[in-house]
Amino acid sequence: MTAAATKIIQPLPLNFTNTTPRSPDKALFHPLKTTPSSSFPASTHKLRLTKPNSTLARRRSTAVFAVSDVVQEKKPKSNTFHPNLLITKEEGLELYEDMILGRSFEDMCAQMYYRGKMFGFVHLYNGQEAVSTGFIKLLKNEDCIVSTYRDHVHALSKGVPARAVMSELFGKTTGCCRGQGGSMHMFSKEHNVLGGFAFIGEGIPVATGAAFTSKYRREVLKEGDCDHVTLAFFGDGTCNNGQFFECLNMAALWKLPIVFVVENNLWAIGMSHLRATSDPEIWKKGPAFGMPGVHVDGMDVLKVREVAKEAINRARRGEGPTLVECETYRFRGHSLADPDELRDPSEKAHYAARDPITALKKYMVENNLVSEAELKAIEKKIDEVVEEAVEFADISPHPGRSQLLENVFADPRGFGIGPDGKYRCEDPKFTEGTAHV
Amino acid sequence: MLGIVRGRIARGGVNASSLQKIRNQSLIYASSRSYSSASKEMTVRDALNSALDEEMSADPKVFVMGEEVGEYQGAYKISKGLLEKYGPERVVDTPITEAGFAGIGVGAAYHGLRPVVEFMTFNFSMQAIDHIINSAAKSNYMSAGQISVPIVFRGPNGAAAGVGAQHSQCYAAWFGACPGLKVLAPYSSEDARGLLKAAIRDPDPVVFLENELLYGESFPISAEVLDSSFCLPIGKAKIEREGKDVTITAFSKMVGYALKAAEILAKEGISAEVINLRSIRPLDRSTINASVRKTNRLITVEEGFPQHGVGAEICACVVEESFEYLDAPVERIAGADVPMPYAANLERMAVPQIEDIVRAAKRACYRSVPMAATA
Repeated sequence: MTAAATKIIQPLPLNFTNTTPRSPDKALFHPLKTTPSSSFPASTHKLRLTKPNSTLARRRSTAVFAVSDVVQEKKPKSNTFHPNLLITKEEGLELYEDMILGRSFEDMCAQMYYRGKMFGFVHLYNGQEAVSTGFIKLLKNEDCIVSTYRDHVHALSKGVPARAVMSELFGKTTGCCRGQGGSMHMFSKEHNVLGGFAFIGEGIPVATGAAFTSKYRREVLKEGDCDHVTLAFFGDGTCNNGQFFECLNMAALWKLPIVFVVENNLWAIGMSHLRATSDPEIWKKGPAFGMPGVHVDGMDVLKVREVAKEAINRARRGEGPTLVECETYRFRGHSLADPDELRDPSEKAHYAARDPITALKKYMVENNLVSEAELKAIEKKIDEVVEEAVEFADISPHPGRSQLLENVFADPRGFGIGPDGKYRCEDPKFTEGTAHV
Repeated sequence: MLGIVRGRIARGGVNASSLQKIRNQSLIYASSRSYSSASKEMTVRDALNSALDEEMSADPKVFVMGEEVGEYQGAYKISKGLLEKYGPERVVDTPITEAGFAGIGVGAAYHGLRPVVEFMTFNFSMQAIDHIINSAAKSNYMSAGQISVPIVFRGPNGAAAGVGAQHSQCYAAWFGACPGLKVLAPYSSEDARGLLKAAIRDPDPVVFLENELLYGESFPISAEVLDSSFCLPIGKAKIEREGKDVTITAFSKMVGYALKAAEILAKEGISAEVINLRSIRPLDRSTINASVRKTNRLITVEEGFPQHGVGAEICACVVEESFEYLDAPVERIAGADVPMPYAANLERMAVPQIEDIVRAAKRACYRSVPMAATA
């Protein structure tokens, strides 16, 4: 990789009046550059500027998107059989397997929900797998991720076992949060998954805090090799929320090792991003706070991976945060209770044709990285993993009655002193009460 | 059929398809109300929708603002049809910024408009609570009466089914503690219509706590309630069922549970009086005290957390005003003192059930059943 190709241009220093990223030619993420044709699955800019009569045309016609040029300009590292490809066979298989796991798992969730095994709110990730796989597969175990309520696949990509996630969704005691969290609140200390938050924007300050810890450990606690990076995943709707801007400011101010990943799937529940946002180009909000803003095609896992590599390495080197806007799409409704009537069927069809899994498959087969049979074998293996997860969840026990009052405090003496003068948690009958009677 | 449906809701066993069925059934009931029949029924959802519709047509200063209220027809379909009727200037879809749009609503109210701000659930109102309390509730006082804030904050409150800790909290006690706010909690369709109309016409900030699981429930309704000038007074509780042995106070969904408990108790010879509070702030202390002076025993029921809850306030006020009349200690039934768990069986244990009310009533009447009994 050449230095020029991989360096993300720093935003201009603050004493310049011109604060847009339109800096001299070396600019990598140039907002006005149109995309040269690419060998990868469909390029971004064609999508948004066609169909003047459709709902998509509500975008301003002057909008041209920064497309990740890293992909075009970088020299791929050579590999003995395939000198021009971005991934090795092993990497390709890993990416494919992860995306297939995400897809099959979410499809199985839908089935289980309609059979009544899962309940409450369930938000599925179908169609957005490229973002999760593209980013999370580059992380180490000690790196953290923070997500929203659409967090099943983020947890799976980070390494939480499928059976733990499925049990959690069934509300069983063997789930990753012992059945106490649910679909929207996936936590794993072991894999550094810091949640799972129902309120949009809530996870961003939490992620910024995790990044702060990493920097603090390195500089104050002198753990010189602590270079943990945090990824915060959130959606387009969140980018209008105050907490987002507050954290962009502080992360850039203190050069925190965080990457803000926007999964722009164009829709909140029924509210289109274009109707909710004064300037729909989210990547532009990065430079306003002094960090690079990048826009990438989120339906193409290889493009996402390249951008992610650069952003994560930047954070690891201590150069500060990056805002990455991934243009992606969710194939299903906002949640399983959403009838999804407001989205234009032609828009859905358009993105269905750009399914990240079929795109990766096509790329790998056409470039003779793998054979179809190997991919089929992976799909079969994942099917078995998901089925086994369901069986495991089915036979797992429901939480016991005593679990209701557990884990409220790390120190259960927080329940206070009872009428007999002793701590209430020491009374063996303490967990027998239920609703406070 | 609705009884079974209600039972399933109570057991937390509702999933998307049965919710859909419940909604469909309610739609059938709702549409039948336009044909004259001996007893009309209306769902709470339709009651709220019709109240909003009528108030918006009566006063052009009333407008609705919130997430998904327009094109999506309302996250819970409460504002269905309003966008088509009144247009996007009066039914405003907002970005996901509770603090932002609550503040905007308060600002509009300062200048004479009458916003109805919807929170998708009251859990999200915590992002806006600075505006509800500091900008809205305290303004009339701080400006010595110059600025009144005729705003309504409404949305579903309390636990639904399986939605986890961040979507299930009951905020009646928190908002009920603030001077300057009026806090209402309807139960039936009549309550919903009457109280929402009163709230919109009220010149002060009103927090209107609905309940998601009640939206689909149908209640019989009289012709007087359907009239467009129908309004219920704020601050007046309703005695849903007369009795002489024990008083049970409740609000929102718990009124339904209390009524069912009263039927069970009646079979055992205990006549329970059920009070539907309707108004958390101001609390109708005189109705509660009059009832306690009649029955001499009190049970308060609420879904929220026990400490500093609505029941705590009712108990204190009864002890202050009717101490000599009490024959038994006041029993407080509240949700478990834990964040709402997700697992279905734990969730059922964390929310009061009908059996809990029955047991407490029997204890108050000294009919055995000691404190830490297992179900």
